[in-house]
Amino acid sequence: MRADGRASEELRELVVKAGVFKNAEGSAYVKMGNTVAVAGVYGPRELFPKFLQKADRVHLKCRYNMAPFSTKDRKRPGQDRRSQEISKVVADALEPVIFTKEFPKTGIDIYIEILQGDAGTRCAGINAASVALADAGIPMRGLVAAVAAGKVDGDYVLDLTYNEEEKTKADVPVAYAPSMKKITLLQMDGDLSQEDVKNVVDVAIKGCEKVHEAQVGALKNKYKEAML
Amino acid sequence: MAILKNEKDLVVPGEVLAEGLDYLPGYGAFREGDKILAKNVGIVSIRERNVGVTALSGRYMPKAGDKVIGEVLDVQMSTWFLDINSPYQASLSIGEASEEYVERGADLSRYFDVGDVLYAKIISVSKHKNIQLTMKDIMCKKLRGGKIVNITPSKVPRLIGKAGSMISMIKEKTGCNIVIGQNGRVWIKGENEDLATQAVAMVNEKSHLDGLTNTVTEFLNASPGVKTTSEAKVFEYVEGETNES
Repeated sequence: MRADGRASEELRELVVKAGVFKNAEGSAYVKMGNTVAVAGVYGPRELFPKFLQKADRVHLKCRYNMAPFSTKDRKRPGQDRRSQEISKVVADALEPVIFTKEFPKTGIDIYIEILQGDAGTRCAGINAASVALADAGIPMRGLVAAVAAGKVDGDYVLDLTYNEEEKTKADVPVAYAPSMKKITLLQMDGDLSQEDVKNVVDVAIKGCEKVHEAQVGALKNKYKEAML
Repeated sequence: MAILKNEKDLVVPGEVLAEGLDYLPGYGAFREGDKILAKNVGIVSIRERNVGVTALSGRYMPKAGDKVIGEVLDVQMSTWFLDINSPYQASLSIGEASEEYVERGADLSRYFDVGDVLYAKIISVSKHKNIQLTMKDIMCKKLRGGKIVNITPSKVPRLIGKAGSMISMIKEKTGCNIVIGQNGRVWIKGENEDLATQAVAMVNEKSHLDGLTNTVTEFLNASPGVKTTSEAKVFEYVEGETNES
């Protein structure tokens, strides 16, 4: 039993909505417990500056940003080293599922805004961005789902909160594409034995499959409503 | 071995459409191992052995043979560059635009200037997405006046309807001149522009309902300023078109 009453392999309350914004070509809202992320996607569109253009594939431009009110202490607005790194790993986690060769010389812009942070913001960001990409009609091999796992008091736990993240031996965010059965992001903050890593990743993948169901549901909901 | 989805099912990227080698992936689908998966959020369409997905959103990707509505962005020595609502600009060279002899260094803006809207045909799309246009085709012309409405490019066939039934009905009822580009741009000119715009938007929103032509007809009949049925019928007779059942 965990501090918030969850079982060890249980996700936090998960809400996924597709197409929440009108102006972006694709958008999504993801709430995992107290972590709230929204994402907007534009493109593929002409890419400038021109030196970023790639002759054979699309350039994926990703911006992860935390709102000033997203944390307990005010977060200084703007890009910092942490957000730059997360922007990069999120883009790398999403690129394997996109048919990049179909749109040479163009760019796809992904904007992720974290409205509220309670650990697992990069995972929530990836979940939102992947739904937003599908909503924008970008051809993909499948959706990417992400969730973090760790080890607290000898127990493998899924979807850590901020308080749990402080107690855990290691925090392992995993992004997984269920349609390809491939891991697209694997990071580890902390120290775990080889066996522990295997088990933690297994737990995370099970969680990702649950998140994936919610993502599929959200997309179908949006387009079913549009069809009625 | 088998198909797992029905025609018109709603699918999302990564969903398995069919298993085994009996089927082939069509538009909006791809093969992964022995499975066929969806690429887009869309509606399943099965044509004999081809399983595809008609996307419900997304950008227009240029295809040779498509007729598109483009806006002139730039005029150069012997070429115009047009925005055709896709991630790539298209070029129209002087030889494809005019039958006349044009002196070297002549000012091309007296044919088409920046901001002009053209209805043109795509003659080729290279691997590196160089797009060539031509005006040497029936209906290709400069569109003067009127207004442009954007719709989702994948819904263009629905707006045209079976053998043009939907669009000819909207034209009749509103008396507007309408030109549809495959790139999702619709040019409307006439007295009832706003009404025609609403009808086009209606098709765009409700594109997957059955009996949409009837719904739109009812909507137009209920609106003021629409031609009476008898007038419309005369027009229909002259045009020699048939009604969709």
